[in-house]
Amino acid sequence: MNDKLHLDKAHLLEQLKQMLRIRLFEEKCAELYTQEKIRGFLHLYIGEEAIAVGVMAALSPQDEIVATYREHGHALARGLSMKSVLAEMYGRTNGCSKGRGGSMHLFDKKQHFYGGNAIVGGGLPLAAGLALANKKLKKTAITVCFFGEGAVAEGEFHESMNLAVLWQLPVLFICENNRYAMGTALALSESEINIAKKAQSYGMTAVQVDGMNVVNVEAVTTKAVEHIRTHQQPYFLECKSYRFRGHSSFDGQLYRDKEEVEQWKKHGPVMQLKRWLIQNHQLNEKDLNVIESQIKQEIVEAINFAEQGLWEPVADLCKDVYSPSIQKINGKADQGGLA
Amino acid sequence: MSEHRNNSQKMTYREALRAGIEQCLNDDERTFLMGEDVGRYGGCYGVSKGLFEHYGAERIIDTPLCESGFVGVGIGAALGGMRPIVEVMTVNFSLLAMDQIVNSAATLRHMSGGQLNVPVVIRMACGAGLQLAAQHSHSWENLYAHIPGLKVLSPATHNDARYMLLQAIKDLDPVIIFEHVMLLNNQGEVFSEPEADMEKALVRKQGRDITLLTYGGSLPKVLMAAAELEALNINVEVVDLRCLRPLDTSTILASVKKTHRVIIIDEGWKTGSLAGELSAIIMEQAFWYLDAPVQRICTQEVPIPYPSHLEQAALPQVEKIISCAQRLFEGKQ
Repeated sequence: MNDKLHLDKAHLLEQLKQMLRIRLFEEKCAELYTQEKIRGFLHLYIGEEAIAVGVMAALSPQDEIVATYREHGHALARGLSMKSVLAEMYGRTNGCSKGRGGSMHLFDKKQHFYGGNAIVGGGLPLAAGLALANKKLKKTAITVCFFGEGAVAEGEFHESMNLAVLWQLPVLFICENNRYAMGTALALSESEINIAKKAQSYGMTAVQVDGMNVVNVEAVTTKAVEHIRTHQQPYFLECKSYRFRGHSSFDGQLYRDKEEVEQWKKHGPVMQLKRWLIQNHQLNEKDLNVIESQIKQEIVEAINFAEQGLWEPVADLCKDVYSPSIQKINGKADQGGLA
Repeated sequence: MSEHRNNSQKMTYREALRAGIEQCLNDDERTFLMGEDVGRYGGCYGVSKGLFEHYGAERIIDTPLCESGFVGVGIGAALGGMRPIVEVMTVNFSLLAMDQIVNSAATLRHMSGGQLNVPVVIRMACGAGLQLAAQHSHSWENLYAHIPGLKVLSPATHNDARYMLLQAIKDLDPVIIFEHVMLLNNQGEVFSEPEADMEKALVRKQGRDITLLTYGGSLPKVLMAAAELEALNINVEVVDLRCLRPLDTSTILASVKKTHRVIIIDEGWKTGSLAGELSAIIMEQAFWYLDAPVQRICTQEVPIPYPSHLEQAALPQVEKIISCAQRLFEGKQ
């Protein structure tokens, strides 16, 4: 554990609140999905909240995030408003991607949140490229790339690890190892199930961390971020975790025993921190109720916001396939990557 | 034509491409060239020869053999504020990078609600004619021209080889540039400026009897056929598409409405080809102007074979264009 991590009651309560926000939000999303308010795919992060919350707490506002299609938690923990995330899932123009992306494609340029990539492994080279730009432009920002252990089997994993180490790119790879690539267990998809060990073979520091313990995740990430900023080198964290829900809303979960799920739930990130705080007299039922009711209020407001969101007019269907011409946007053409 | 034509210089297509890259590197510090063997080796086809020595390893970046990886890095770097030129050695290897190009570069702007854009240029050598056999002779311009969000350029002339890259690098969206390998050694004229915006088709030869629509490596063949047809009293018009997405439909239709007969010459396979798309556009928008069915001269539906006589038999050729034009013209008499 990194002794530089400043752990106080207020911070731990904040971390608990952030995890609970994601948990309660997604539980509501599952409900809204059955009501057909949310359509398409819905990949829930329930059980893995400690990773996003722990990692985001260790980052600076200018750092860049590349996430996966299971990214509601990352978006919320990064600071995207719950309203804009839910409105996006409703497909409305007040969503964070103006309703074009849905659940799997949450974007927010202001928060340096680069999606929401629904191709497994697809975000890895992008993250390396963002890191290359930061390095070339001599920015202090680092790029953080989240991906599941399923992505480790993809060619892009190998290509990106190699390039990141070869070119010493300031990128933090976060492998969220939830043990199942859709329905395929880790041991059925990986020749080496210790992912960190695999990453080490490229010549970078790679460590395993209990991805269900938010304090551990934040501590290890803090150390990793410091290392990346100081040495301008990539760093790899394998966060060992578990997905409590199915892969998506269509998953019958035939590939695992209910008992296995129940066992993992006992170590769930929210429950773990809550238990510790209560045992150490840092949290009581009353405080918890206050936190939960604040979150529930936030969810109610998010639903109202999403419900009131407008549908994009069909006339705008093809808008933003291409950028406006350079003449039209004058000097703004010089702001790289920013439309 | 204006006075910039007076200041023309002779050079090879390869030299014109190199001069374009140099200007991009000189004009914008954010630009770098990245690809397999673009640096120390000088580029598979010698396009970037000498650039590494002049610009150094920071701006001329040799990549490992990982098309998806380095094309994705180029896209990410563009998102992050750079203006990368990524060379995919040949289009033949680009399928390995297609996910990054199609699922990221082409989608990010629209999918993010217009928040992001991807100002990357991806150059690829393409085409058959060097006896490189089935895996190294592809004409897949149409695969990319199919994708909304991309712009696809096919410089067929030396002047376009010189200037299209400059136009592309200033564009805020991903642009793919195809450089046909059979053009590289040809000498030609380069003027002091581009002849037109990169998205504009150009009439390379005015004519009244038949419109020959083409692009890229087929243009020299078409111009040769046009000259021979002139001797046969058939006066054809040659339209160089230049930009394959978006297509400059108005220039195409204006020519069709003038000549009433069309032959499309396209090195892609006929089934699902760009030629098919062009033909459909003409049917939809200029059907009543046609005096004869649109003709297509494409590559035979076969993996390109190694022996020269078979390779050449598979490809569009001057003789095929001439005989097709004669048939169409006879119908007019």
